[in-house]
Amino acid sequence: MNTPTLLLDGLPVPFSVGQTIMEAATAAGIFIPHLCHHPDFKPQGSCKLCTVKANGRYVSACTMPAKDGMEVENNSPDLNDKRRTLLQMLFVEGNHFCPSCEKSGDCLLQALAYELEMLTAHFPQFYPDRPVDASHPEVLLDFNRCILCELCVRASREVDGKNVFALSGRGIGKHLIVNAESGRLADTGFSLADKAAHVCPVGVILAKRRGFLQPIGCRRYDRQPIGMQFASPPGSGGNGPEH
Amino acid sequence: MVVADECFDATAVAALLQPVVDRHRRDPLRLLQILREAQEVLGYLPRTALTAIADAVELPRARVEGVAGFYSFLHLQPVGRYRILFSDNVTDRMLGSVELMDRLCHRLWIERGKVSEDGLVSVDTTSCTGMCDQGPALLVNGRPLTRLSAERIDRISELVRAQVAVSDWPEEWFLVADNIRRRDVLLATASTPGEAMRAAVARGREPLLDELKRSNLRGRGGAGFTTHTKWEAARCAPCRDPQGGRYLVCNADEGEPGTFKDRVLLASHADLVFDGMSVAAFAIGARQGLLYLRGEYAWLLPALNENLARRRRNGLLGVAACGQQDWNFDIDIHLGAGAYVCGEETALLESLEGRRGVPRIRPPYPAQQGYRGQPTVVNNVETLCKVGLIALRGGDWFAGLGTKQSTGTKLLSIAGDVESPGVYEYPFGVSIDQVLHDCGAGNAQAVQVGGPSGSCLALHEFTRRIAFEDVPTAGAFTVFGAHRDLFEVARNFAHFFAHESCGFCTPCRVGTTLVANCMDKIARGDGSQYDINEIFRIHRLLHAASHCGLGQTACNPLFDTLNKFRPAYERRLRSLDFVPAFDLDQSLSIARQMTVRDDPAAHFGPAAGVQRAER
Ligand SMILES: Cc1cc2nc3c(=O)[nH]c(=O)nc-3n(C[C@H](O)[C@H](O)[C@H](O)COP(=O)(O)O)c2cc1C
Ligand code: SF4
Ligand code: SF4
Ligand code: FES
Repeated sequence: MNTPTLLLDGLPVPFSVGQTIMEAATAAGIFIPHLCHHPDFKPQGSCKLCTVKANGRYVSACTMPAKDGMEVENNSPDLNDKRRTLLQMLFVEGNHFCPSCEKSGDCLLQALAYELEMLTAHFPQFYPDRPVDASHPEVLLDFNRCILCELCVRASREVDGKNVFALSGRGIGKHLIVNAESGRLADTGFSLADKAAHVCPVGVILAKRRGFLQPIGCRRYDRQPIGMQFASPPGSGGNGPEH
Repeated sequence: MVVADECFDATAVAALLQPVVDRHRRDPLRLLQILREAQEVLGYLPRTALTAIADAVELPRARVEGVAGFYSFLHLQPVGRYRILFSDNVTDRMLGSVELMDRLCHRLWIERGKVSEDGLVSVDTTSCTGMCDQGPALLVNGRPLTRLSAERIDRISELVRAQVAVSDWPEEWFLVADNIRRRDVLLATASTPGEAMRAAVARGREPLLDELKRSNLRGRGGAGFTTHTKWEAARCAPCRDPQGGRYLVCNADEGEPGTFKDRVLLASHADLVFDGMSVAAFAIGARQGLLYLRGEYAWLLPALNENLARRRRNGLLGVAACGQQDWNFDIDIHLGAGAYVCGEETALLESLEGRRGVPRIRPPYPAQQGYRGQPTVVNNVETLCKVGLIALRGGDWFAGLGTKQSTGTKLLSIAGDVESPGVYEYPFGVSIDQVLHDCGAGNAQAVQVGGPSGSCLALHEFTRRIAFEDVPTAGAFTVFGAHRDLFEVARNFAHFFAHESCGFCTPCRVGTTLVANCMDKIARGDGSQYDINEIFRIHRLLHAASHCGLGQTACNPLFDTLNKFRPAYERRLRSLDFVPAFDLDQSLSIARQMTVRDDPAAHFGPAAGVQRAER
């Protein structure tokens, strides 16, 4: 039997049944921008950065199952324009001041903004009031940068078995909460050894007393733009990023 | 007295809530029902209550808090003992709801959205309460009060101040009229309870499905999917858990502003609704039916539960329902808690399972994996009534009504600038003109068909027809007279969507808020062509990238009004170039105060600009 194959921007990409468009692309070393997707976790489909056009319809690459003969458009001006707008929305929704952020250079949001040539935040800033939680001895939570990707929620639930994080509120009031009556991280069972302590793609969950251990300028996305880090398929010596 | 959080001591709360959690068998799937009832006991949901409930249902506390934080009618902060919520649909506004709310706040000496200092009363708005045919309306502690007037408002303020229990307020205030104005085959049918169900059983499953196929019935909830196809899919889908069986869900969320026909069906034709549910369940082989009733319609619950009890007594529900030895079937009612998105069928399933009302990823569709992961059919209230009629009178009869692709009749909820608002039943294919004539809309400039997520039709389109092949609708038909400002209509809709977005996906969560802010900016007189371009741009993004129908259609009314009623926007614009959302000069006022400077160079604006140029 022939291997099922889809066409990604005209390029044949073989896949195995059950894979999503994102998984098929990643396996082939092709980069589809994403924020809430992570290969270790069940797809979530909320950031919409991975929006592609499959057989003429807009779909999320991270949740849409690949189909034989499917024609997928990924790297097009229209899609990248939409992705840029989505990034701008995320930037104005929170408080992102990259020059002073410990995550700068390691941040997926920032890396994508460079990748997609987002030059300004464009929309009026929301300046939400999101107090920092510094109660925990090992970890700081700076909610100002949360993009609500739920990776910490999924990691804590699925890997750590702790359910430290959850979402509350709705609409623009949606926000991350922790599993304590006091609402403070110190009163949960969270620890720096948890998987959830290391999945945050932006600078919310930060280990204390490690600030700027590695200088800005020498960090992952400082060395090579995120799109390039995908150019070589995994296993071939290239470094497919962990996100 | 304000009941402060610290007054709710953990042991006392757990004791108070014990009967509630026990009544729901400590079942985490019943979490939303538990939270609703806990709030009835405690007034709101203090932190200790969330902990106690989490312990009882064995869920992480944060998950419970997340659910409580999602629904508009659940409160994590103390609320007034009299909670007054004005319906904020555009028709309520057209009937003066804004002024009436101001009047009430003024008379009670309170600020909108805040609880009075003595904890007695709070006044705020809520999305459409489904009373557009008898507005302006409000909910007081969950009970609808219709046909508000200045006199009523004054009386209400007196009753609140005298602390008269809501149950002792004048009974006629709470009357909800059906306002049925035109009856066709559905509303004119006077079937006896169980008749349709017995007819279905007599036909047998296969012939019944055959009749449904011949009827070509399409769903009345908006999307217009062929009912027979959906049923077949659910009937043929394998059950992951054979013990669990299949489910039939009746979608009675009716959150689309401007529709109220399901309310009338539930109030006066409940037997047909339950018969339709039973027929559908029989056809797909479901043993459990669930009716998801929007929180705004909680007042219908006692009568509906009585009806179900009667049906159980009469052998129409329960073991060997309708005399079928091998068929146990019962119906359970779940109450929502103020979330429009829960009308979306997968969000509805999440809510039924006691979670935040966030739409699921599709595929799989509910017909394959729905409630509890089992094959599930979700149908609208009106669809199920039609199913009952088809069981009674056959598919060919039904297919003979309406048009080729839109068979049968459609219930319209007509409100706005018309002489006789109410429910009208027409065969599909009726023209907008005909409807306008019948409801006494003298001087209409526009009709919003299908509510905010539908389409806005202008005068030159009134010859078009209500049908899936022309103008589809879930039922809302809102008329705007020549004197109405369609910009304000669109602005109201923009705020509605921003308020009701579930917040799951980026485009809808942020985009609907950006659009609402943009409309406010234009309304303030700070708008320009730039803002209009922005709205179009966000519209395209939401349409393409949103996770569910809410985001995809959120900008439709703006798109329509911008295209068809552009002057309503343009006469508000300050310039055709960019105007910032904030006033630069005003922003500098604090700096001026601090530096004790007020000379022209300390100002921004035209005059300051001239000065700088001179230097
Ligand atoms: C945001 C949103 C809200 C909806 N609200 C309702 C509703 O209140 N009632 C309803 O029957 N369908 C509603 N729907 C449509 C349902 O998802 C679903 O299509 C319908 O219940 C199926 O029933 P039908 O096949 O009988 O039409 C809504 C859809 C969306 C996207
Ligand atoms: S804290 Fe980080 S991982 Fe968690 S939701 Fe926010 S951005 Fe995502
Ligand atoms: S489109 Fe809006 S309502 Fe629908 S999932 Fe996204 S955020 Fe939620
Ligand atoms: S990566 Fe697909 S929606 Fe976020």
